[in-house]
Amino acid sequence: MAAKKENIRNFSIIAHIDHGKSTLADRLLEITDSVAKRDMSAQILDDMDLERERGITIKAHAVKLNYKAKDGEEYELNLIDTPGHVDFNYEVSRSLAACEGAVLIIDASQGIEAQTLANTYLALDHDLELVPVINKIDLPAAEPDRVAAEVEEVIGLDCMGAPRVSAKTGENVAEVLEKIVSDIPAPSGCDDKAPLKALIFDSVYDNYKGVIVYVRVMQGTLKAGETMRMMATGAEFNVVEVGYMRATGLEPCKELSSGEVGYITASIKTVRDAKVGDTVTKVQNPASEPLPGYRKVNPMVYCGVYPADGADYEALRDALEKLQLNDASLSYEPETSGALGFGFRCGFLGLLHLEIIQERLEREYNLDLVTTVPSVVYKIHLTDGSVVEIDNPTHYPEQASIDYCEEPITNAHIYSPADYVGSIMDLCQDRRGIFKDMKYITPDRVDIHYELPLNEIIYDFFDALKSRTRGYASFDYEIFEYRRSSLQKVDVLLNGDIIDALSFIIHSEKAMSRARKIAEKLKEHIPRQMFEIPIQVAIGSKVIARETVKAMRKDVLAKCYGGDITRKKKLLEKQKEGKKRMRQFGTVEVPQEAFMAVLKLDDNG
Amino acid sequence: MTGIYIHIPFCKTKCPYCDFYSFKGEENQKDSYLEAVLLCLEGYSDRKLKVDTVYFGGGTPSVFGGERIERIISYIREGFDLQDNAEITVECNPSSTDEAFVRQVKKAGVNRASMGMQSAVDRERKSLGRPSGKEDIKRAVSLFKKEGIDNISLDLMLGVPYQNMESLDESIDFVLSLGVKHISAYMLKIEKGTPFERDEKKLPIPDEDTVADMYLHVSQRLGREGFVHYEISNFALEGFHSRHNTKYWQCEDYIGIGPSAHSCYKGKRFYYTRSFDDFISGKEPVYDGEGAGEEEYIMLALRLKEGLDGEKFRERYGRALDKSIFKKAERYEKRGLLKIEGERIYLTAEGFLLSNSIISDLIY
Repeated sequence: MAAKKENIRNFSIIAHIDHGKSTLADRLLEITDSVAKRDMSAQILDDMDLERERGITIKAHAVKLNYKAKDGEEYELNLIDTPGHVDFNYEVSRSLAACEGAVLIIDASQGIEAQTLANTYLALDHDLELVPVINKIDLPAAEPDRVAAEVEEVIGLDCMGAPRVSAKTGENVAEVLEKIVSDIPAPSGCDDKAPLKALIFDSVYDNYKGVIVYVRVMQGTLKAGETMRMMATGAEFNVVEVGYMRATGLEPCKELSSGEVGYITASIKTVRDAKVGDTVTKVQNPASEPLPGYRKVNPMVYCGVYPADGADYEALRDALEKLQLNDASLSYEPETSGALGFGFRCGFLGLLHLEIIQERLEREYNLDLVTTVPSVVYKIHLTDGSVVEIDNPTHYPEQASIDYCEEPITNAHIYSPADYVGSIMDLCQDRRGIFKDMKYITPDRVDIHYELPLNEIIYDFFDALKSRTRGYASFDYEIFEYRRSSLQKVDVLLNGDIIDALSFIIHSEKAMSRARKIAEKLKEHIPRQMFEIPIQVAIGSKVIARETVKAMRKDVLAKCYGGDITRKKKLLEKQKEGKKRMRQFGTVEVPQEAFMAVLKLDDNG
Repeated sequence: MTGIYIHIPFCKTKCPYCDFYSFKGEENQKDSYLEAVLLCLEGYSDRKLKVDTVYFGGGTPSVFGGERIERIISYIREGFDLQDNAEITVECNPSSTDEAFVRQVKKAGVNRASMGMQSAVDRERKSLGRPSGKEDIKRAVSLFKKEGIDNISLDLMLGVPYQNMESLDESIDFVLSLGVKHISAYMLKIEKGTPFERDEKKLPIPDEDTVADMYLHVSQRLGREGFVHYEISNFALEGFHSRHNTKYWQCEDYIGIGPSAHSCYKGKRFYYTRSFDDFISGKEPVYDGEGAGEEEYIMLALRLKEGLDGEKFRERYGRALDKSIFKKAERYEKRGLLKIEGERIYLTAEGFLLSNSIISDLIY
C-alpha cells in the first residue's frame, strides 16, 4: 500500500570512496528489518563481487524501507544508492535528481576528501537537503570533533546535531533514520492527476524480466497494462509490471504514483532503450516536456581490447554484448589490428570504468585480454577546413593534411595534506598542467586546482599521484574544453614493421622521452630470438629512438642423461607452447608481458 | 643389441645444482638395494638377449662399492647374453675412487670410467659443491690407467659460477694433460628445486654470450686435439664415443634399473619412480608411452654430428621425411646453424647451441 505522500522520504547516501556508504546502507536495512540478519552478507547493496572487493559501488541500486519513527508515524524511506566515482558523475547526478535529500557520510578519521566535496556540490546543485553523518567513530584514529568542525568550516553545514556513528558496529545508526525523517522534506509537487513524468535513474538487465527500469515518479501514475514512452528515445513499451524494490527482491504493486520510487518492467531488450536520465511518460495523455537534465553520455576514453588468444574473439564479443546489456555507457565496435588481430575498440566514461570493464571481462568471462594504450578523443582540424575526431592513433591523418589539433582539457582538483603540495605540483607541471589556484580547506589540507590535459590523466596519473602522496591525496576531474595543442603520432617499429597497436598520440614536447622509454622497455622484455631485432620509435619517417635486441646465441643445453627422452621431448613441446603465448609481429615474437610493460609504462618505470 | 643402465642412487653429498635422484644411503640400504637390483634384473632375464653395453650411473656408483658392482655384472653375465666386447662403464667420484675399487671393477669387467670433474679451477668446483680436488682427479685417472682401463671420460661444465674464458682454458689444459679419451662438456642448467635455483640471482654466472663463446671455444680446442664433437655435449677421440649413451640418441633398446631410471624397450618407454622405497618393495615401472617414434627419432638424431639422415629415416619408418622439415631447415642453413647435404641435415656447433629452438621448430 502506498504511504501518505508526506511520509515519503527519498534520499541518497553520498560519500568519498571507503567512507562507509555501503556499510551504513546495510545497517539501515537491518534496523528497519528490511532484511533478516541471517541474510546479510556484508554490504547487500553492492551485489557484484567486484564492487565488494574494491569497496566501491559501481551501479546504483535502490531499496524501499519501512520505518516507524519516534513520532509514531510510519514512513516510507527510499534509499537510492549512487556510484561513488567521478567517471559516473552523470549517473550520480540522475540519482540525486530523484531525491529530496542526501545523507553525507564523512569518515571520522580522514575528514573531507575529493569526492566528499564533489558529491556535496552535486547534491547542492540539485537543492538537496544534506544530513551530515560522521562515521567510523569506532576507529582509534577517529576525531569526530575535528571532522565536524572541518565540515562546518568547509561545507558550511551545521554539524551540531550530526549523528556520530559506527556503521560497522551499528552504534547510533538509528539516529540517522530519525534525522532522515526530520530533516529531509517529503516530495513536493506531487500530483497523481498530472501527465506521467518519471525519471529513470538506473536500469538493469534481468534474464527473465528483460530490463528493469528504476524510476522516481515526479507526477502522474503508472500501472501494468498501460503503454509508456521514453521521451528521449521515443521508444514505446507495454508495461508488464510495476512495483517497489525491497532489499530481498522486487515486490510488484498495482500502481506507482507521484513521489514514489519503484521499478517498471516492459519486456525491454536492452538498457539502451531505458537510458539513465530519460523521462517516462504515457502514450495516453503524455507530458509535454521531459524532466530536465537528460544527457547523452559520451565515452571519454577509448582503447582497443583484444583476446590474447585469437580463438576467443567470439567469446569476447558475447561478453561485451552481455556487459552492455547492463551498461549503456560502454560502447564497442569491431576493430582489426595488424599486430593483435581481431578485437574491439571500446569507449569508456573514464579510466576506472575502463578498468572495471576489463576486470569483469577477465574475471567473470574468463578472458585473457590485451588492451592497447588508452586514448582520448582528439579533434583534428584538417587543412581543407574539416574536423575529424580521432580516438585511435591508427586513424591519425597524414601530418601534411593537418592544420591543427585540439585535445580535451579538464578542470582537476586534488585534495591533499599540505605536506605533499610540492610533489603534487611537480607532477602536474610534468603532466602539462596549468596551475589555477590553491585553497587551504583547513590549516593542513589543500585543494589544488589545475587545468590538466585528459591524455595526461589517463596515462597513469592516479598511480603517480598515489605514490607521491602515499595514498593521501584524492582527485577529481571534469572535462571543460577542447584546446589547441601540439600533438604528434608516434609509431613503434619492430624489425622495420609498424606495430599498429603500439602507436600513440602525444604532445610533441614529450615524444622524445617517451620514445626512449618505450624502446628500452621493449628491449628489456623481448627475449632474444634467432635473429637480431631492431626496435625503432618514429614520428613519420624520422626515427627518434632506437634499440636492438641481439640475436640469441644459445638455449638450454643439458646433457640428455639417463635415457629420459620423454622429459626432453616435453621440454621441446613446452618450448613450442611458449611460442604460442607470444604475439607474432611480422617475423618477431613478442611475449604478452612485453606488450603489457609498454602499455603500462609509467614515469617512474 | 640392448643396453642396461643401473642407477646407483647414493651420493656422499648432494651437489647444489644436481636434481638427479640420490641420497647418502646407509650400508644396509645399499645391501637391500643390491638385492632389489638383482631381483629386478631377474625379471628381464633372457639368455638370448644380446647386451653390449652396461652403464652404472647415479648418484655415485663408486660409493656403492666394487663388490656390489661386481655382483651385478656377474648376474648380467648369467641372465643375459653379455657380449665379449661389451662396453661396461662406471661413473665415479674421484675422491671416492680408491685402488681396491678400481681393481675390483676391473676384475668384474668394467672397461670404461666416467668422472665428474666439472672444472679444474678450485673456486669453480667448490661453488658446485664438488668435494674432489685436482689431485684427486689426477690420482683417480692414473689408478684406472694402471689397471688397464684407459677409456676414461671426464665431465666439463660450462657457465659455472666464477668461470671465464681464461679459467676455462685452464680446465681444458688440465683435461688434455690427463690423456682422457672422452669429454662431456655441458652447460650448467639451473634445475627446479635445487639450491642453485634459490640462489640463482646471487650466483656470479657468466652471461649468455660468454657461455656460448665458451661452448664454441671448447668445440674448437678439442677439435684441434683430435676430439670429434659427436653429440651436442660429447667429444671423443676416434673410436671412443660412448656406445651406451649413443643408444639413447639412436633410439635403440635399453633397460634402466633403479629409481628414476628410464627404459626404452621393445617399443615402449617406462621408468621407475623417484622413490627408493618403491623400488625396494618391487613396485612396477610406470608406462611412459610408445618409444622410438618418428618425432623422437628426429629429435635425437639431430643431437648427433651425423644428424638426421632421410635415407635412414625411410629405412626405419618406411616413409620419407616431411618436406617441411627441409624447408624450415633452409632458413637455419643461411644463418650457418645447420647444413643440408642431400637428404641429410646436421647442426653445426653454432646450431647445437640453439638446438632446442631449432629442433622444436623442425619437429612441430
